[in-house]
Amino acid sequence: MSKTITIDGKVIPFEEGQTIMDAAMAAGIYIPHLCHQPEFTPHGSCKLCTVKVNGRNCSACTFPAMDGQDVLSETEELINDRRKITQMLFVEGNHLCPGCEKTGNCQLQAVGYHLNMLDNHFPLFYPDREVDASHPDVMLDQNRCILCTLCVRASQQEDGKNVFAISGRGIDKHLIANAESGLLKDTDLDATDRAAHICPTGAILVKRTGYQVPIGQRIYDHKEIDQVSLETEHLQHGE
Amino acid sequence: MANKIRVATTSLAGCFGCHMSFLDIDERMLQLAEVVEFDRSPLTDIEHCTDCDIGLIEGGVCNSENVHVLREFRKNCKILVAVGACAINGGLPALRNHIPLEECLNESYIEGIGVENPKIPSDIELPLLLNQVHPIHEVVKIDYFLPGCPPSADVFWKFLTDLIEGREPSLPYELVHYD
Repeated sequence: MSKTITIDGKVIPFEEGQTIMDAAMAAGIYIPHLCHQPEFTPHGSCKLCTVKVNGRNCSACTFPAMDGQDVLSETEELINDRRKITQMLFVEGNHLCPGCEKTGNCQLQAVGYHLNMLDNHFPLFYPDREVDASHPDVMLDQNRCILCTLCVRASQQEDGKNVFAISGRGIDKHLIANAESGLLKDTDLDATDRAAHICPTGAILVKRTGYQVPIGQRIYDHKEIDQVSLETEHLQHGE
Repeated sequence: MANKIRVATTSLAGCFGCHMSFLDIDERMLQLAEVVEFDRSPLTDIEHCTDCDIGLIEGGVCNSENVHVLREFRKNCKILVAVGACAINGGLPALRNHIPLEECLNESYIEGIGVENPKIPSDIELPLLLNQVHPIHEVVKIDYFLPGCPPSADVFWKFLTDLIEGREPSLPYELVHYD
């Protein structure tokens, strides 16, 4: 008999070693997430995928599925928590969508849309952050970094390089480029690297490509992130 | 209709783009005018708010006058609405938040390219600039938010018709944009 968990009352099967997120995606159930991509080791930092497992809050992307778990995801309480988390991500950085190349293709924005987030609720930080435009083909704008570490993991796990890392603690935590100078141009990053394309926000952008698709015709302008995520990430995850 | 719903609007640190987008409701403005009367607004040139049902605020808060106007709206409007990206998060004007005010003024009026007769304006009629640009929810209580740069005409229409017809206003997915 195959093992199952229950997500919002729906019984779904899972295989040994799968996380709750893996099982949910395989069953076509979207749990909001930003720091997670099925191909890379889960990091569990953005907390958007927080679900209630047998009464306790856990990150679905890191928590192993176990037989008989009762998982709650789309409850009013968790949706409100996710909206608050997204608002905190927005106020912590400088996310000015109208002036960002990534608008419409941005997962942070798309999660905001998905959660019907209409305001920031919290006071804005307006932190001072660096922009590194030194690399000929790739731009690093720390204003939009949410410290998801997807670029760190993609560089190590897919590109076989070690271009990015996270440095500092607390409010001083930030993304660094692995070079003596700290500049992207002195790393071995190429525009074709997965790390240059995986950023869920507009922190890492490939230069001269930002407006190839006009605003209004971009991924999340007409399609919700739950649908996009299940179509694309599930396939990659696949077999 | 005996008692029309009174609406006031203003643009603080904004570009009037949200007002232009509001006017894009086009002929629906006639429908709106049957039930709505405009109080203080750039559309009427009325200078001060009296008792209103709905206040629409475009733009963030960048100077002392913005603060006064915003407080006047809060005092007089039953429902106060943040309209557009700048009212919600400071928007484009908030880019100066990372540059000390003195440097901004020097660049604009003293050292900037093509400046003639360099002098920082100091007429007492001019409102003093705040050190930073703030979203309006940091200054007064805001009841509703209409995101977008600008929010589309359909956003204004959906929001106002919801309110006027007594529904709790809501924006469906296709009307929520931050750009």
